[in-house]
Amino acid sequence: MSPLSEFLAMGGYALFVWPAMAMVAVVLGGLLFESLRQLRSAEADLAAVEDRARNGSRR
Amino acid sequence: MIDLATFANPARFSRIAGRVFPWAVGATAVLMAAGLYFALFASPPDYQQGESVRIMYVHVPAAWMALSSYTLLAVASAVALVWRHLLADVVARAMAPIGACFTFLCLVTGSLWGKPMWGTFWVWDARLTSVLVLFFLYLGYLALQNAFDDPARGLRASAILALVGFVNVPIIKFSVDWWNTLHQPASIKLGGPAIDASMLVPLILMTLAFEAYFVTVLLLRMRTELVRGKLRSARLRAAEADEYLPNIGKPA
Amino acid sequence: MSIFFAVLRRDLMLALRSPAESLMTVGFFVIAATLVPFGVGPEPETLARIAAGLVWVMALLAALLSLDRLFQADYEDGSLDLLLLSPGQTEIMVLGKVAAHWLTTGLPLIISVPLLAVFLHLPLEALPALLAAMLLGTPVLSLLGAVGAALALGARRGGALTSLLVLPLFIPVLIFGVAAPEAAVADLAARPHLLILAGLFFGALVLSPWAAAAALRLAAE
Repeated sequence: MSPLSEFLAMGGYALFVWPAMAMVAVVLGGLLFESLRQLRSAEADLAAVEDRARNGSRR
Repeated sequence: MIDLATFANPARFSRIAGRVFPWAVGATAVLMAAGLYFALFASPPDYQQGESVRIMYVHVPAAWMALSSYTLLAVASAVALVWRHLLADVVARAMAPIGACFTFLCLVTGSLWGKPMWGTFWVWDARLTSVLVLFFLYLGYLALQNAFDDPARGLRASAILALVGFVNVPIIKFSVDWWNTLHQPASIKLGGPAIDASMLVPLILMTLAFEAYFVTVLLLRMRTELVRGKLRSARLRAAEADEYLPNIGKPA
Repeated sequence: MSIFFAVLRRDLMLALRSPAESLMTVGFFVIAATLVPFGVGPEPETLARIAAGLVWVMALLAALLSLDRLFQADYEDGSLDLLLLSPGQTEIMVLGKVAAHWLTTGLPLIISVPLLAVFLHLPLEALPALLAAMLLGTPVLSLLGAVGAALALGARRGGALTSLLVLPLFIPVLIFGVAAPEAAVADLAARPHLLILAGLFFGALVLSPWAAAAALRLAAE
């Protein structure tokens, strides 16, 4: 067995080790992505409202 | 003792957070890489559990994060209730989802570890059961926080709930432990009493990595909450201004 | 103390005027428990083994059902504001409401337990311990439930939300409430479990009114 496939086999526990690691990656990555997305959309909304307020007062 | 008033001012907080944030991101990346390297390559398999012990290096840190997040949540809630501190509210709101995610990860990885060890995905083990209840407490907290039209109301209500839950956690833990010893003495304990030094390195590295990740996402979410607060007051101002202006000829 | 008796009297009068609500809780309790033999089979041994636990789980669910009317009606018609403004401590007022809630739901549940004990073949020696455990445990359900009901006032989907908040907190009561009759069946002392239940009761008695009162003040703001 090559070193890589031996590593991937995890001594016969591949079916449990890799899904566990994948779950950690998916959940932590997803939370990070979602938090970033929420920040971007909140900032965009704020910029839009402030922009409109400035234009409105000038008119 | 850190002067709380230093962090009271959102503007000053933003400055401090802006300085800390890049370091938190860097620490997360470095510690994650080092922790995973040690957890997956540079540590020996357990003599009893074989390679499956590698799940422990994410499972146990996730459990620690789940518990410490709930403690921090209760502390922030107490500060928010007693001193009506704006940033404490922001901290509590920003971190509850992170704590819930770690609790969920602890359950899933524990179940995946339990299958080869116990032969089944779920055992009513005292520790696993307690974490399940903790997950329910997080769910209730999040549901209550988002159940009101007025976000401030949801925050105050969930702060009270966090304190009630925090008082109950040791009572629940005690009764679940007792119930467990009555019904089934666990044959194989997850973790085990003696941990070899070669296991301690990845364990500590992964814990630090999770903590750095926690700080990174917490700062991100706190910034989001502060921006949302500004957005609400800006919208309120805009609505007030609209009432005094004729609506004809205004951009939609 | 006068506000305690005033609120207790008022809520009991209201409950007497429409006894259907109280009876409905008991009806749910009995009917839900009699569904179980259809699910697990009518063998007396099986039923006797799970009877005490079943009675407790059904009691938890029945208590949950009745929680949303604890403060909801007063909140909707505005009398909650008056209760909060009236002289006397809000915590004592909450205790009065909780006492009325227990007298109109917890106590009827306990009274109907012997009937379920017959249906579910509960071992006779377990019945006194089960009744004592329920006498100590159901007030805890009312006390903790008051916190959940007060927190969920005015929320979207308040009823389901209350269940989500309160059910995890009920677990210790369930564990020790079932342990007492099971110990009696095994010819062991039920007293330690009853003492722990009493401890839970006194702890809840001191802490829940405080949390529920804080939640009520928040709801009335």
